[in-house]
Amino acid sequence: MNTIYILWLRQLKRYSRSRARIIGSLGQPLLFLVALGFGLNPIYKKAGAGNYIEFLAPGIIAMGVLFSAVFSGIEIIWDRQFGFLKETLVAPTSRIYIMIGRTLGGATVASFQGIITLLLALLVGFRLENVGFLPVTLVFIFLIALLFTAFGTAIASVLEDMQGFQLIMNFLVMPLFFLSGALFPLQGLPEALKIVAQVDPLSYGVDALRITLVNISHFGLVTDFLVLGVITFLILIVGSYLFSRIQI
Amino acid sequence: MIEVTNLTKKFNGFTAVDNISFSVAEGEIFAFLGPNGAGKTTTIKILATLLRPTAGKISLNGADPVRNQNEARSSFGIVFQDPSLDDELTALENMEFHGVLYKVSKEVRKSRIEQLLKFVELWDRRGELVKKFSGGMKRRLEVARGLIHHPKILFLDEPTLGLDPQTRSHIWGHIKSLNVEEKMTVFFTTHYMDEADRIAQRIAIIDHGKIVAQGSPSELKQSTSTTSLEDAFLALTGTTIREEESNPLERMRMRRRVFRGR
Repeated sequence: MNTIYILWLRQLKRYSRSRARIIGSLGQPLLFLVALGFGLNPIYKKAGAGNYIEFLAPGIIAMGVLFSAVFSGIEIIWDRQFGFLKETLVAPTSRIYIMIGRTLGGATVASFQGIITLLLALLVGFRLENVGFLPVTLVFIFLIALLFTAFGTAIASVLEDMQGFQLIMNFLVMPLFFLSGALFPLQGLPEALKIVAQVDPLSYGVDALRITLVNISHFGLVTDFLVLGVITFLILIVGSYLFSRIQI
Repeated sequence: MIEVTNLTKKFNGFTAVDNISFSVAEGEIFAFLGPNGAGKTTTIKILATLLRPTAGKISLNGADPVRNQNEARSSFGIVFQDPSLDDELTALENMEFHGVLYKVSKEVRKSRIEQLLKFVELWDRRGELVKKFSGGMKRRLEVARGLIHHPKILFLDEPTLGLDPQTRSHIWGHIKSLNVEEKMTVFFTTHYMDEADRIAQRIAIIDHGKIVAQGSPSELKQSTSTTSLEDAFLALTGTTIREEESNPLERMRMRRRVFRGR
């Protein structure tokens, strides 16, 4: 228990000390919100689909969480580079606890990042449909964060250095985001794209945020919760296994 | 306390450790010497459960680091050759982190951390982030951290590298007293032969992954008919300078340095 706590605390301390990272990682969501939100809003309205900013904001919040979470997980590569990983790996405690502590810490950090993105969205003109749903939103933000931090950890456990990072970003993280329905409705898509979106776990996260924030639903909240829950659980298991197999 | 039989480690066809066997008794101070790239660090990493051996049997305080990792880990402490501190945490936080991870109770943790930080003269700077420390300060902190929990076996991989003679003798004095008072078994590597000569009760010399000699410092000197351990070492391992293979991490560090240097 203490092991999990101290590793969680470490992630939080590192986060709170890296102001540049906090601010830097808000630039992208802000750009997406302003450029896409305001840029595409007139056409979206003309098509009779309503307010695009309202539609887009939950997707951008999910993006903020996704990037921050994957990055938190991938940070293990830095720990490996700076040697700190060794210190944790030789400790007389189960590596599963270490993996869980780190992942919870990373997920907490990513959740903060999601909440800040939400505040940012409110600042540029996003309006909540139902404030009472906010706690449910937070649960889903945390669930998305947990899933993708574990995902990042799993990947970082098998990568030796940052060489592969670009590959992961372009061939895994970006597609996860762009094909998730964060930017466009999943109705009426070409069949192939639809299938891809249904396989993408982030689609369910985006959908859940959209339901709880602005009351637009595609899969339904129960499906979202089940899919995210099951996948998070599976990735945690795979991640723990890979993490416990790390050799330095 | 440490029992190694026919240990072999191969990396993609390259044999880093070649069928070595040795044993270290409880309470013994054992030095593991060898030129760069001889297989010292690889051996320590295998003993410390960081690498899996290709073949061979190991027992640490009765536990097998391959099969019973957790059990093996609970009987040793280690100071690594390369840095393993968290730069974004303070000196005190690094110590705390280690103490919690090694399940040292709160009261013991508090008093030992204070005692050790004062001992390596970093107590006044305990609240500073480690990234602001000089190389020597980091090294001192690292050694201090390795001594928070009093393990049965202590692995020290070039613990005094880059430290001045004052600090070195200071630190060895402390380790020796732990060895006497707590019967702590010490297994260390060093390139300072005088250090090995003074401190180690027994020495193994490894070269090209094979153990070429074992014995007490005086036995090694006798068998090579030399007067200093340094000469004995050179007689046993030759005078050619070794190249170490660079691994991906070192290459990455190099690149970072290049970028920062601009």
